[in-house]
Amino acid sequence: MSEAAHAPAGPLAHHFADLDQQKESAVLGMWLFLVTEILFFGGLFATYAVYRHLYYDAFSAGSHHLSWRIGFANTLVLIASSLTMAMAVHSAALGKKGRIVLFLLLTILLGSAFLGVKYFEYGEKIRPCLGDGPSAGCLLPGERFDASALHLEGDAARQAQVYFSLYFGMTGLHALHMIIGIPILGLLAWWAHRGRYDAAWHTPVEMVGLYWHFVDIVWIFLFPLLYLVGHH
Amino acid sequence: MSEPASGHATHVVPVKVYLGVFLALCVGTVLTVEAAGHDFGALNTPIALGIAVVKATLVVLYFMHVRYSPRLVTLMLLSGVAFLALLVLFTLSDYVSRPWPIVPGS
Amino acid sequence: MSTEPAVLPKVHYLNAGYGWRSWLFTTDHKRIAILYLVSVTLMFFLGGAYAVLIRLNLVEPTGSLVTAETYNKLFTAHGVVMIFFFLIPSIPATLGNFLIPLMIGAKDLAFPRINLLSWYVFVVGALITLHALVNGGLDTGWTFYAPYSTVFSNTAVVTAGVGIFVTGFSSILTGLNFIVTIHKMRAPGLTWFRLPLFVWAHYATSVIQILGTPVIAVTVLLVAVERAFHFGFFDPARGGDPILFQHLFWFYSHPAVYIMILPSMGVISEVVAAFSRKRVFGYSFIAMSSLAIAGLGFLVWAHHMFVTGLAVYAAMVFSALSFSVAIPSAIKVFNWTATFYRGSVSWQTPMLYAFGFIGLFTIGGLTGLFLATLGIDVHVTDTYFVVAHFHYIMVGGAIMGYLGGLHYWWPKIAGRHYPEWWARVSAVVIFLGFNLTFFPQFILGYLGMPRRYHVYPEEFQVLNVMSSAGASILGIGYLIPMVYLAWSMRYGKVASANPWPATGLEWQTTSPPPTTNFEKTPVVDEEVYDYPKLLEKKEAVLV
Repeated sequence: MSEAAHAPAGPLAHHFADLDQQKESAVLGMWLFLVTEILFFGGLFATYAVYRHLYYDAFSAGSHHLSWRIGFANTLVLIASSLTMAMAVHSAALGKKGRIVLFLLLTILLGSAFLGVKYFEYGEKIRPCLGDGPSAGCLLPGERFDASALHLEGDAARQAQVYFSLYFGMTGLHALHMIIGIPILGLLAWWAHRGRYDAAWHTPVEMVGLYWHFVDIVWIFLFPLLYLVGHH
Repeated sequence: MSEPASGHATHVVPVKVYLGVFLALCVGTVLTVEAAGHDFGALNTPIALGIAVVKATLVVLYFMHVRYSPRLVTLMLLSGVAFLALLVLFTLSDYVSRPWPIVPGS
Repeated sequence: MSTEPAVLPKVHYLNAGYGWRSWLFTTDHKRIAILYLVSVTLMFFLGGAYAVLIRLNLVEPTGSLVTAETYNKLFTAHGVVMIFFFLIPSIPATLGNFLIPLMIGAKDLAFPRINLLSWYVFVVGALITLHALVNGGLDTGWTFYAPYSTVFSNTAVVTAGVGIFVTGFSSILTGLNFIVTIHKMRAPGLTWFRLPLFVWAHYATSVIQILGTPVIAVTVLLVAVERAFHFGFFDPARGGDPILFQHLFWFYSHPAVYIMILPSMGVISEVVAAFSRKRVFGYSFIAMSSLAIAGLGFLVWAHHMFVTGLAVYAAMVFSALSFSVAIPSAIKVFNWTATFYRGSVSWQTPMLYAFGFIGLFTIGGLTGLFLATLGIDVHVTDTYFVVAHFHYIMVGGAIMGYLGGLHYWWPKIAGRHYPEWWARVSAVVIFLGFNLTFFPQFILGYLGMPRRYHVYPEEFQVLNVMSSAGASILGIGYLIPMVYLAWSMRYGKVASANPWPATGLEWQTTSPPPTTNFEKTPVVDEEVYDYPKLLEKKEAVLV
């Protein structure tokens, strides 16, 4: 089956024997990259595990200060974006160009909505830190951090600062991955619109899909670990 | 509609499956919040993580097509998770065992 | 050995294109290997220059050459450059890149453009880090422990951190490429247990690169964020724990030493087989031991932290596991030795380096066991004993393997032989210089001289002077090959396809190989290291 002759957008590279070998290599390569991402985020999860063990009460106080309802809604938004991404890949496998574009755009929309909500959440914690004068309610770690809003002082306040370092660090790194992913989705949507992908070859759509699902999985863990500590 | 030349290349997952997984993920998220509201004592963290693992597994198997991918992919993924577990568990073992008493001379 | 003089092929990878664009935009793994060869060689001599300054300063007990602050910057730069910019990429990015596709009968690696990208990432990371070393310097030690690195140091920690972060991706991309290549691009008939041990070694190394490097990447990121934005990950004043930094740091940095030694061990396996004209003894044990080292290597990191206040129970577990990781290394040494038995051993330069490796690596490895023993470690940790231990492995081991491999495959890479007499002389000079430099350091460490100090008690001066003298001999030993290898590219005796001769697909194509490696994809139907068959075919006698 000489699919190579019919796939103008995905020529067979000279060093591969056939398209299958090329595709399978791409899948393995992408998964290896995702394994590095597991360990990359993993360092932060390890840090989280240690400090949650040491400072449980401060973590609980910090977590209570987040809005679990917002976190819950955002989790659903991101899961929905995973669905639309899976549908984009599905459409590509069926060669339905218009649907690929539609589902990619929906994914971008949902991803952007997620980021918009995060912007709002960050805003309420960071705004009190800006300007001169007292920084009551500033929850961004650093010189201006003020744990009085959580009714904590001394050691407990320091421990809460660690919690918020992890909150901003982990959700920030996660958000950065989405900020990188969304333009890439945009590029894919553009190329799909130009007819670059068909049923025989749509590897980039699948690869970006894997990346997007991975980012979703990270959030699936972040939500309970950050928003639901000690909620009983 | 293309045929999977090597048995792996383009397996097309039915939309029903995707919708089913999506629904399961939503239910799982509700469960996560529900479970957090109850006190299961020492089991609180394992339950929360357990639900997250189930959700992640669904995403991996169906959205990421690992169910239909070569076994090598599963091996790579599990290795990554295993070594992360080693990082977390061995590091925690230091902190957890620091207060344990050391009995001299026995 | 063929009686007609060898002739260079008309077209090969080196003359397939001219001009800087054909090099800087190449996707040919062999040219990328040469790009890396040039880069890592430059970094090696830079790291060596820092070493020269360190040893010059240590000639006097009062450390009169430089101030304490400058000395801190010197040993930090030496460590950072040698580890991240020389040892980690050295064999994989040069010999690995060049040889793996050849050894498996492929036309290139799985992702040629990612291969080129990895070199550019390396260069960018190096430039950023060098910028930091030159503007403000770095005085934290290559281990940049917190909170000194995150709060108190007044040097270019963030810039250096960014440079190292970037460079880590070069390592990850190389490892990713190798794993996919080895899985998916082997020639027909090339089953896993017919792979050369060099390939097994690089597979294991790549696994470590994939699993470990991201953790140091995120750790360096946390250091930069803590330093720049005053988050509280490791700073006790903000609720952080400095020991957590060390856990995260060493989770990568211990397996990193296996990234540095495994490829070298792969070279030794090839060289020992070729120059004993015999299949490596216990081939599958050596193959599996590479994987065992990769796996076990991730379980021992806290042996760098025994005196930090680590929990005693955790320390005992890490100590026991550290003993166990010595076993697969020992298996290799026993098997290489057993390969010599009843082999037809000859003493060309690569074999001299292999012999040096086996002896020096054994000493380095055994002294690792001293350090893994909790009681002894309390006495010798952070002394010159540790410094000697890891230099025996990294220099006596890894670098000797690198040089041995470079010489063994030089005819294939350059199409010409290096001058054997000069090469043997340098190998001997290196061996002698090395031992004079580092053996006294075992004694110094045992006697209590701490590492990373620019001064020392007067009674240690004789040993320090010996060490510095050795360093100058070692330096000369390294310079000589630079000269004759460059010379040989133009004036060396032209090499045939299989000059030694040796088994392996890389020797089944011309020296140098054509850009696409093989005229026809080879089909493998013999076992690996089938020397009896090879010798039958060639009736070869080594001169």
